[in-house]
Amino acid sequence: MENEYIIDLRDVTIRFNMATEKVDNLKEYFVKLVKRQLMFQEFLALKDVTLQIRPGEAWGLVGANGAGKSTMLKLISGILKPYKGTVQVNGTIAPLIELGAGFDMELTARENIFLNGTLLGHSKKFMEEHFDEIVDFAEIRDFLDVPLKNYSSGMQARIGFSIATMVRPDILVVDEILSVGDFRFREKCNRRMEEMLAAGTTLLLVSHSIEDIRNMCTHAAWIDHGILKMTGDAETVTEAYLKGV
Amino acid sequence: MKIKSANWIGYRDLLAQLVSKDLKLKYRRSVLGYLWSILNPLLIMLVMVLVFSSYFRFDVANYPVYLIIGQTIYNYMNNATTHAIYSITDNGALLKKVYVPKYIFPLSKVTSDMMDFIFSLGAMVLVMVVTRTPFSMYLILLPYVAIQVYVFTLGMGMFLAQAAVFFRDVRYIYNVFLTAWLYATPIFYPISILPGKIRWVVTHLNPLYYYIEQFRCIVLERMLPSPVLVFRGCVISVIFLVVGLFFFRKNQDKFILYI
Repeated sequence: MENEYIIDLRDVTIRFNMATEKVDNLKEYFVKLVKRQLMFQEFLALKDVTLQIRPGEAWGLVGANGAGKSTMLKLISGILKPYKGTVQVNGTIAPLIELGAGFDMELTARENIFLNGTLLGHSKKFMEEHFDEIVDFAEIRDFLDVPLKNYSSGMQARIGFSIATMVRPDILVVDEILSVGDFRFREKCNRRMEEMLAAGTTLLLVSHSIEDIRNMCTHAAWIDHGILKMTGDAETVTEAYLKGV
Repeated sequence: MKIKSANWIGYRDLLAQLVSKDLKLKYRRSVLGYLWSILNPLLIMLVMVLVFSSYFRFDVANYPVYLIIGQTIYNYMNNATTHAIYSITDNGALLKKVYVPKYIFPLSKVTSDMMDFIFSLGAMVLVMVVTRTPFSMYLILLPYVAIQVYVFTLGMGMFLAQAAVFFRDVRYIYNVFLTAWLYATPIFYPISILPGKIRWVVTHLNPLYYYIEQFRCIVLERMLPSPVLVFRGCVISVIFLVVGLFFFRKNQDKFILYI
């Protein structure tokens, strides 16, 4: 059955255990079990969220800190599983949740490009084919065989961004990463994202910058304490959000 | 369907990357590099041969080879499971940010230690040459024993890795367990010194005994291991893998809440 939505969330609830003291060893577990203190204090990070996104749309997520924006991105990326409800994603995802997650500082940049690419699910052959493209975009050709720990954080972020966006993913998930790198590289990142959008990539962007969202997104969703408060076109939702805050 | 198989190939390459990372980092910036995989067991064996041939004497023919076989297999199991225990929690930061199949971490640890195990068999061959132990045709059966040990260890590693996510003290308890296991396995002593009842327990309930005994049978006695031994070894390794996978699959979606 073909689904017209590329991302389809239905009545999704995410539950965390917010126990005041986290029990992570056996001794405490048994002590608390005997004392009957094994309380489960639940915290719903998202409550009955339904959101359907069509291919090619660009969505901005707005909301206060801790409202559940990142949780939503993790849900869509497959990192978190819903407690209730269903999540359906029909396409490949490039997560830019944290650039260079999984880099090993002892390995060289060259080795890290392969490691990170395979972590994102690409084959080695695919990485070999796109290796030059990544290196050129990140502008690190002169330092390929230097261990990553000798790189500045900005340079590391460049590599991370290059790897994550080298594929033409169906969905690009971005969590406040546009603040990395120097001004010129940021321009370059923005340009690449605009190219991807023009080519029909679906974008999900979390940002506290309303301006970014208005510039890049067609739609927006306002999340407040785990509840989807409002969805619609970017202009209207951000307007309401600014007034509501 | 197409996407699924493409995914699988992608993660197979990830496994290869993780294994080669472990091997590269282990000996990077050491002068002798991979030679340490051979040198290390060899030196430890020398110390133990010295200790056990001067302080405690056991009546074992070709003691150096006898010892290095037991020691190599036990060390593999010990290293691989210990690395596997830490594999999920150590990669916690990553698992929070990118979707990666979680089984890949214990699997890669157990596999890279298997590579190390294979290198360290070089030490065994050296000791065989020095002690003039004849080489027989049956040596080609050793990979089958290695596969049993691998499957067994993978099952243990999977189980321990998932348990350690929820209860961090599993690793301390397991350390105690490993020490007990070391002495409950005929590594540096012959099975004949154990009194009747204990001997029955070790030869029937200690899976490591099955593997070490098969190995010694092939290398030292130049015979086929008894079918009963091989059967037990295979069955127990498959049971451990199934149990390990079962718990791992059952709990893997909850990892993210505890790391």
